[in-house]
Amino acid sequence: MSVHKIEVTINGKKYQEQVESRMLLSDFLRETCGLTGTHVGCEHGVCGACTIHLNGSAVRSCLIFAVQVDGQEITTVEGLAKDGELTPLQRNFIECHGLQCGFCTPGILMSTTDYLQKNPQPTLQEIKEMLSGHLCRCTGYEGIIKAIQKTVDENNHHYEAERR
Amino acid sequence: MKPAKFDYYCPKTVDEALALLEEIGFDGKIIAGGQSLVPIMNMRLSTPEYLIDINQLKDLQFIELDGSKMKIGALTRQTEIEMSDAVRKHLGLLSEAVPYIGHVQTRNRGTFGGSLVHADPSAEIPLSLMALGGTLHIASKEEVREVNVEEFFVTYLTTDIMPNELLTEIHVPVPEGRTGYSFHEISRRHGDFALVAAACQLSIDDQDRISKVRLVLGGVDAVPLLITDASVMEGEHLSAPLLNKIADMVDEAVNPESDLHATADYRRHLAKQLAVRTVKTAYERARGENNERS
Ligand code: FES
Ligand code: FES
Repeated sequence: MSVHKIEVTINGKKYQEQVESRMLLSDFLRETCGLTGTHVGCEHGVCGACTIHLNGSAVRSCLIFAVQVDGQEITTVEGLAKDGELTPLQRNFIECHGLQCGFCTPGILMSTTDYLQKNPQPTLQEIKEMLSGHLCRCTGYEGIIKAIQKTVDENNHHYEAERR
Repeated sequence: MKPAKFDYYCPKTVDEALALLEEIGFDGKIIAGGQSLVPIMNMRLSTPEYLIDINQLKDLQFIELDGSKMKIGALTRQTEIEMSDAVRKHLGLLSEAVPYIGHVQTRNRGTFGGSLVHADPSAEIPLSLMALGGTLHIASKEEVREVNVEEFFVTYLTTDIMPNELLTEIHVPVPEGRTGYSFHEISRRHGDFALVAAACQLSIDDQDRISKVRLVLGGVDAVPLLITDASVMEGEHLSAPLLNKIADMVDEAVNPESDLHATADYRRHLAKQLAVRTVKTAYERARGENNERS
């Protein structure tokens, strides 16, 4: 059994495809589904560029086989913006120069989006620890951290305004 | 970097998995979180003919306090351990160790059992379990056997598990009375493999004398290294001379190697420092806990 039929929901859309068992999820997303927003850097779990959400948790798609996600739910970076409207985190990446070449960006956006949902008020140290799973060759991380902190601050204001 | 061809099986129940293992276990591999296995498959350092995916075995995913022990399912994700209030309360050592494993994104997928079975001698979970003590439940089609953690690790990346067997759950005794713990490691970058790691769990009596101690070092031998001689501390108060004695003992016991990341000498130095540091912290915490209560 080296070829399998799988059905998987990606960004709300159902895909039914044939996959070889050895096909990595990252390759499946990019090559079979044409979702090239998920980037592939190292293919052994070090760089974080390929990070996606599997059933709501940020994981590395180069360390999962496509056949393993049969029946499950995936979000890729293409699924963040709704109706062409960027998420606040994405907007802040633009504003704070959170990217230069953009190679690492999709992975970082996916990790951060999941992380902020589970830890809405991370400290600077916690943000850095979360980012330790991502390599960025361009920015020196300063802009990335600023963009994340700005998003956290905005969320907090939002909560406070709601409470008042 | 693409893995070699393999046939994929995805059993839905433990029995189904065990039947498969009986048939193809010798040429195959179990995949749980895959955070160590898939990289080495991508690099073709490992080319199993069959892959048996146990991610559907939800029965093996639990954390349960049962009287004086904590039962943890082999498929429990590392993140679940990290977030568990019960683990934080009863097995603080584990809560302290898990955040050192890889990164958030790999802990979301990586499992408790997978890390034990992979048996990297510098890995955090094997080290912590060795310090906490406990038994591993290993199932085959024929039987379920229990193995003490002291007998589980054989050498680098090798455990007592046979190819037709599956690690199902791990039972860890909950430390009682005045106990303290400490985990610490040094790595080149956050999330890298530890150069050296240390874990200590100790208990003290009502006069602050050490009554029980387990000190374990990682990255300095082929298995997580339990410093058995550390029992000389029992019956003693912690003191500077005693700490020196521990450092000498560690010096004697470790067997580190040089590689690209650190020399053997440096690892030896770290082992002594971390042993002293974790023992000290564990002792302080054991006393502090008492202060809180009184
Ligand atoms: S491509 Fe997956 S972590 Fe680098
Ligand atoms: S923006 Fe270029 S790698 Fe991060």
